[in-house]
Amino acid sequence: MAFLEIESVRKSFGAQHVVQNFDLAIKRGEFVSFLGPSGCGKTTTLRMVAGFEAPSAGKIRIDDKDVTQLRPNQRHVGMVFQSYALFPNMTVADNVGFGLKVAKKPAAEIRPRVEEMLRLIKLPALGSRYPSQLSGGQQQRVALARALAVKPQVLLLDEPLSALDAKIRVSLREEIRTVQRELGITTVYVTHDQEEALSMSDRIVVMNEGKVEQIGTPFEIYNFPRTRFVASFVGTLNIMRGRVVDPAAGKIEVDGQPIVAAQGVAGAQAGEQRAVALRPEAVTLDQATGDRNRMQGLIEEVSFLGAVVRIRVRFKESAISLDTFNNPNVPPPGRGQPATVSFARADLLVLEGAPGA
Amino acid sequence: MKQSKIGAWIALVVGALYFVVPLIGTFEFSLRMRRGAYSFDAYRVVLTDPRFQATFGYSTVLAFATIVVGVVLVVPTAYWIQLRLPRLRPIVEFITLLPLVIPAIVLVFGYLRIYGSSSLLPMTSNERATDVLLMFSYVTLALPYMYRAVDTGLRSIDVRTLTEAAESLGAGWATILFKVIFPNVRVAVLSGAFLTFAIVIGEFTMASLLDRPAFGPYLQLIGANRAYEPSALAIIAFIVTWACMGLLQVFGRGTKALAAPAPGRVK
Amino acid sequence: MAQQSQVAAGMPPIARLRPSQGFLVWLGVAPFFVFALMFLILPTGYLLVGAFQDPNGNFTLANLGDLFQPSILSAYWVSIEVSAASAIGGALVGFFLAYAAVLGGLPGWIRPTLMTFSGVASNFAGIPLAFAFLATLGRVGLVTTLLIKFFDFNIYSTGFNLLSFWGLALTYLYFQIPLMVLILTPALDGLKREWREASAILGASTWQYWRYVALPVLWPSILGTTLLLFANAFGAIATAYGLTGSSLNIVTILLYAQIRGDVLHNENLGYALALGMILITGLSNAAYIWLSGRARRGLG
Repeated sequence: MAFLEIESVRKSFGAQHVVQNFDLAIKRGEFVSFLGPSGCGKTTTLRMVAGFEAPSAGKIRIDDKDVTQLRPNQRHVGMVFQSYALFPNMTVADNVGFGLKVAKKPAAEIRPRVEEMLRLIKLPALGSRYPSQLSGGQQQRVALARALAVKPQVLLLDEPLSALDAKIRVSLREEIRTVQRELGITTVYVTHDQEEALSMSDRIVVMNEGKVEQIGTPFEIYNFPRTRFVASFVGTLNIMRGRVVDPAAGKIEVDGQPIVAAQGVAGAQAGEQRAVALRPEAVTLDQATGDRNRMQGLIEEVSFLGAVVRIRVRFKESAISLDTFNNPNVPPPGRGQPATVSFARADLLVLEGAPGA
Repeated sequence: MKQSKIGAWIALVVGALYFVVPLIGTFEFSLRMRRGAYSFDAYRVVLTDPRFQATFGYSTVLAFATIVVGVVLVVPTAYWIQLRLPRLRPIVEFITLLPLVIPAIVLVFGYLRIYGSSSLLPMTSNERATDVLLMFSYVTLALPYMYRAVDTGLRSIDVRTLTEAAESLGAGWATILFKVIFPNVRVAVLSGAFLTFAIVIGEFTMASLLDRPAFGPYLQLIGANRAYEPSALAIIAFIVTWACMGLLQVFGRGTKALAAPAPGRVK
Repeated sequence: MAQQSQVAAGMPPIARLRPSQGFLVWLGVAPFFVFALMFLILPTGYLLVGAFQDPNGNFTLANLGDLFQPSILSAYWVSIEVSAASAIGGALVGFFLAYAAVLGGLPGWIRPTLMTFSGVASNFAGIPLAFAFLATLGRVGLVTTLLIKFFDFNIYSTGFNLLSFWGLALTYLYFQIPLMVLILTPALDGLKREWREASAILGASTWQYWRYVALPVLWPSILGTTLLLFANAFGAIATAYGLTGSSLNIVTILLYAQIRGDVLHNENLGYALALGMILITGLSNAAYIWLSGRARRGLG
């Protein structure tokens, strides 16, 4: 049963098509992320749900009610902005209670609700401070409390963590997810950070240049990317140039070395150039066993990242990065040494489109 | 978010009317000199009046002198404060605000008493000396704008780092001043110059009380005695002001601080 | 001392020309301070001291007391009224114009045009402005005659007179409104768009937004600038002189007459007059500066 429906929504500014044919049905209580680079249309779509932009075509429905023509202050939707947007002339408590005051709720009702919200975001003692006296992370939590105080039907977040330090980002995103689960509120989250999207969402909508590239769970998006864009945007990916030898059998040649893709190469002809992709975690530095693929090259770069050692192996034109765990008893290999890498046939992804596209 | 724009348009139209109608009225009035038909007679009379040419010329010369003295006074000071004496900045800025706080008429009152004929430094004893006094009065009036323009200009080019870079490359102080500092504040100085020109040309109070044949007192004289010429003069004055401000905009891109409040000292 | 010359000896010649202590540093700013002393501090100080002296140079408060005689008090009062009227009028109209240009959703060329025009108009004051208004609203002015011709309505029959208190206030608006526009526009820029959107998404109407968010943030700017406008009008003379000659009794014109010809027959009373002026404009400007500081902090 869909709670928030975005039906065939389009947005154009003159000849510029910022959002093309966006279709999505979100269930009640679901946490959905819009993920993509700057300018891909994710924020515009969010703003259309909020009512700040009017769609050029299409409808938006919340709880079976068509809200497309409603103004933002009539939609009963909550929003958290990237720049916090706390009112500078009001205390934290006044900020949080603003929505209720504006709805003309009695003070006796506002005060306990504000306190409840401050407890929810774990800042019960800061009610009388002003936004300028808070840190960025604290301000964003207050913004969240403010948005939730009026019990909105949908919560929208527009890159809320982009302006914060890395450490705070990690702790705050866990907090946001916890609060969201506790309240069971339908949420749309816009971000360009794939780690955020992967760790927080029930589903992710990957967007690029106004188009929806793929919709799926984090597991699906990461492991089964459908387009080259999704594959390269979500997680790190090794991409190599391959020449199809036998499409049915999945035989491909990369830099003169033969490898096999378990699922075959759909819709390709022999001799065609195709991009092939591998997740770093699928590759191991060893002699291949069984029917695992094997490639030989030279170690180009070794990066010691602490727990993980990232090794790049170069063949002729292509190169593969792989991760191994740090082992105090086994020092990492040196640059220039010969190396063999192996990976399972099922792990080799063949992407649509020619390499370099 | 769709908002009704009617209110905005009404405000704009009312404002436009209030500001444009007097200009139209003045222009129309200035054309009425010849009975029965519109003509530019009033302008011809005004522009060929030797007193117009004399006083306008006088004020123009005075304006240039003010600009030169102002620049010579302000630029090294602003440079020195930024580089060597940043602690004095609040005092200097307070001083540059004084001409905005103390009305011009009070200032010239003080000048007449202190530098009058019976004092230690009689600057009003002869005409040339009084001209010099008037010029210094104008430098005082223009000081806030000139200083702020130059100060902003210097700050935007990070004068300290430039000076140190120049020194480390072996430049002497004269080279630094003329080859590094001046070119970079040229724009700010020009903006200040145009504003100074507008101020000086229209100034009345000080010139009148110091009894000098400047353009301001001439305007007042014509207004008291003639009917149509004052309107022509008002249009001419408006065109000159517009030209100054227009040139200021053209040259002053980047010195936005100057486009902000300039309470006319000619009021 | 010895240390200094040792260090100086080791440094390249250029650095020695740039002393960081000692007498030479002050030489660089000496001309400025001499100028300030001669043309700002001493003249004003002379007047301020003279206000407290009698003709023989003895200390007295009599001059201050004399300021309260009816003609002078009335001059101050009229000045204050005209300044207040033009300040409040200028603030209101200026606010709405600035609002229209910044937040009104008007075509993009309106704002720069308004800014440029305001820059020009705020300097188009004094005698030419008086001429312009005489030509428009004077007894034979364009608007006056047009209204008579087309609407059979003579504004002078209602008691209106350009050469009066209201006429002067109306004329002053010509440079007061642009000044308000110039100062308030950046302040309106400081109203973040997100505040408007946040308040809307929380259910607030436009009126509620202005009442609870925008005006509280803006009031220091608005009030401060109104005070600046007040001081601006209080110290003005040329426009009034061009409009009414010396017939309108305001402080600046009274002072002008006093300087010209000692109409008060008391030199020191003239100084007291100037002192009163400085006090009023000084206080207004100080309040403006303080409120600007508050405004800048409030927008943060």
